[in-house]
Amino acid sequence: MGSYVIRRLLQMIPVFFGSTFLIFFMVYSLGDPVAALFGDRAPDPATAARIRRELYLDQPLWKQYLHYMGQLFQGDFGTAFNGQKVTELMRDAYPVTLRLTLVAIVIELLVGVTLGVFSGLKRGRLIDSSTLFATLLVISVPTFVTGYVLQYLLGVKWGIVRPTVSTDAPLNELILPGVVLAMVSLAYVTRLTRTSIAENSRADYVRTAVAKGLPRRRVITRHLLRNSLIPVITFIGTDIGALMGGAIVTETIFNIHGVGYQIYQGILRNNAPTVVGFVTILVIVFLLANLVVDLLYAVLDPRIRYV
Amino acid sequence: MSEPQDPREAIAATGTGGAMDLALSEATSLSVPPDGRSEGQGEDEKARSLWSDAWHELRRNPVFIVSALLIAFLVVISIWPSLIASGNPLSCDLAKSQEGPASGHPFGFDTQGCDVYTRTVHGARASVTVGVCATLGVALLGSVLGGLAGFYGGWWDALLSRVTDIFFGIPVLLGGLVFLSVVTSTTIWPVVGFIVLLGWPQVARIARGAVLTAKQNDYVQAARALGAGNGRMLLRHVAPNAVAPVIVVATIALGTYISLEATLSFLGVGLRPPTVSWGIDISAAAQHIRSAPHMLLWPAGALSLTVLAFIMLGDAVRDALDPKLR
Amino acid sequence: MLLEVRDLHVEFRTRDGIAKAVNGVNYSVDEGETLAVLGESGSGKSVTAQAVMGILDVPPGKITGGEILFRGKDLLKFKEEERRKVRGAEMAMIFQDALSSLNPVLSVGDQLGEMFIVHRGMSRKDARTKAVELMDRVRIPGAAQRVRDYPHQFSGGMRQRIMIAMALALEPALIIADEPTTALDVTVQAQVMDLLAELQRELNMGLILITHDLGVVADVADKIAVMYAGRIVESAPVHDIYKAPAHPYTKGLLDSIPRLDQKGQELYAIKGLPPNLMHIPPGCAFNPRCPMAQDVCRTDEPPLFAVDEHRGSACHFWRECLNG
Repeated sequence: MGSYVIRRLLQMIPVFFGSTFLIFFMVYSLGDPVAALFGDRAPDPATAARIRRELYLDQPLWKQYLHYMGQLFQGDFGTAFNGQKVTELMRDAYPVTLRLTLVAIVIELLVGVTLGVFSGLKRGRLIDSSTLFATLLVISVPTFVTGYVLQYLLGVKWGIVRPTVSTDAPLNELILPGVVLAMVSLAYVTRLTRTSIAENSRADYVRTAVAKGLPRRRVITRHLLRNSLIPVITFIGTDIGALMGGAIVTETIFNIHGVGYQIYQGILRNNAPTVVGFVTILVIVFLLANLVVDLLYAVLDPRIRYV
Repeated sequence: MSEPQDPREAIAATGTGGAMDLALSEATSLSVPPDGRSEGQGEDEKARSLWSDAWHELRRNPVFIVSALLIAFLVVISIWPSLIASGNPLSCDLAKSQEGPASGHPFGFDTQGCDVYTRTVHGARASVTVGVCATLGVALLGSVLGGLAGFYGGWWDALLSRVTDIFFGIPVLLGGLVFLSVVTSTTIWPVVGFIVLLGWPQVARIARGAVLTAKQNDYVQAARALGAGNGRMLLRHVAPNAVAPVIVVATIALGTYISLEATLSFLGVGLRPPTVSWGIDISAAAQHIRSAPHMLLWPAGALSLTVLAFIMLGDAVRDALDPKLR
Repeated sequence: MLLEVRDLHVEFRTRDGIAKAVNGVNYSVDEGETLAVLGESGSGKSVTAQAVMGILDVPPGKITGGEILFRGKDLLKFKEEERRKVRGAEMAMIFQDALSSLNPVLSVGDQLGEMFIVHRGMSRKDARTKAVELMDRVRIPGAAQRVRDYPHQFSGGMRQRIMIAMALALEPALIIADEPTTALDVTVQAQVMDLLAELQRELNMGLILITHDLGVVADVADKIAVMYAGRIVESAPVHDIYKAPAHPYTKGLLDSIPRLDQKGQELYAIKGLPPNLMHIPPGCAFNPRCPMAQDVCRTDEPPLFAVDEHRGSACHFWRECLNG
């Protein structure tokens, strides 16, 4: 197990440099941050040149990247349009986003796994077909559509919840945004659980468990579930990336002052370095989250540990 | 298999599995003899290939029929929107801003006074084009890179694994925001290009896995023993088996790409005016949802229906091609 | 009589029709006795065993007739909860592929101990001790350390021993071994069969050995039942069958065994293939492939004729077959 952990940590290093470089490359090589800063207006050559010098953009790409990484390792992820450092904005904003994301993950796991288990065990029956169809519908409706529709229906028309979230974003106000954020992922979790349960139900080791005279409940909880949930746990790893993206949409719709909101503000003002700074932090978080998930996977599935 | 299945591939394996169960292993060994006949058997036992079996099943699947028809309709109106919408989506009359449905204008008007119906119909083109082009690009690039890595193995394979890890490390929407916000072109190609850029690793993984599995089949070893060269083996023996999983993933991905484009357009970094896009329209309509919900609901409905159609199609195709349900 | 299967019928409903997997099977096993059930894939040997254990997939499978008498009581009339208690404690099953038949994420000790926790109400600690004892009994070296290991960390032969240990944990009266050695190397096969035979003698268990391998059967079995297309076509004490088979199918199986003293001749194989269980030929199911088939074989299904008081053969021409 120890060697597995070490190997995963080592693997993370080239991926970290690769991903940060990829972002960097996309923004500064494929894109033109200075032109974007000016938006629709034609850039004044002198100002453009000055900005280019300030942002190091007149250097060759590799030098830019090294400088960029140098800043990163000193903890400098850039400055936002209002003069605050990105790290400061992040520090203030992340607790809100964290709460929102946690609400979403809890919802998606609780509801998704339960639904998935029921429809997986009762394959072919009504609950199964209706769950399948419902998940398809949910996946097809983009998060921003669900967000606005639910905000309108529940927040405005029927007045059940506040349409927007107040500044300190208490947990109860985050439930509707959390549901919106979790929706699509929930559908995926349900399907994944269902498929996993359905497949594992026919596995030989389940047949053995039944042949051993174990009660049905024990067969399901101790044998079937433990195996079936492994792919779901690993799915959560990639899902965190989707949730990060979704959080931007959700926070914009519900006016939640979290990380996503900050990123969106940066985009509105065409401030590439700020956006890059935020996104780089998020990528690092994502890589770490995936590492944790992979380790969790090894804990759950002993076959991985000794590979 | 010498290595455990990559957990992220399990995602691609989300299936509907609507077909009935076959019995236990005992019953599945009630085999029809491979050559298709034994004394007393009829013509219905002819050996069938994966594709004709799949087609046979698809034809009987109502989900497939409905989604295929819907997609055909969408493709037709994205090429010839004037077939059902005679107006010009860009000719707007501010005086009619946010008005509801009127005669000749069944969906009403948006904030700029443009006809919502016309814009909704014309919006199909952008979404369908982006979806189809991006999927083609992702499928081609991903299959080639993944297939070659799986086939040749060794150094190439390790390199591909690292590269896909790197690409997977960037959540798609974040990458899209970062990249597209520094792009000033107003055509659809940056969006398509971006989706291809971040989307190919998913297909590459599937293709690589499928090629690896196919490579281990006995008949591939047999072909090698009979002196088949690499090129021939790849094309004739390995590739045909890798195609099915790629098709399944690509079809479903198409739906998600359309959704992705709409989200990017909604956030202001995707398609830009004057391109007519559902995402743009929804974004503009969002603030006025209380006063004029029709401006948002029609494009949102059209978008959801389109994504649903493609995903349903992908699901049906997967059911038909899934070997585990045979 | 420990176990008596009487006129058992099992069907499977599939998308393409009804497959008749078991068509009127009768066999019996007593304590201390070993019955070998022989047949190719599709003969119904595993399905019968699964019906006895009560682990058939009930849709699509269905028991459509017959009785399964265990110590005189018909199991098919038991409620599911009563049947569950019998399973594992009084009758147990060993499966062919130990790797897939063991839960990959639970330790071997947990899976062994489970029997005691569920059926005997033991504590986890006591169950763990029993698990180590069991592993010792099936001669797994270093049991005390290996009890925490996972199935994939054992070799094939040792995994099969663990399956055996799990089966006899509660000292059941009957063990059904479904192709226990098919997936193993030949040398390991012999070790595992020896172990099974020894434990059976020790505990005086009835053993039903399902296999398609005639070589394995000769050492271990007391009597043999040969199955084809869901029916028993021949039953006899083991040596009688090897000396002189009374059914053309059995004869064909024996003739197919390659012999060291035959050189340079073509290997014999029964021509044709087993029937599709959705379209079993009328009359004697074997008739399309039988070298001795006559008209009566195509119309009249032969009952199990009594060859002598211990032997039966479901062939109209059993006398001719017996006499070569």
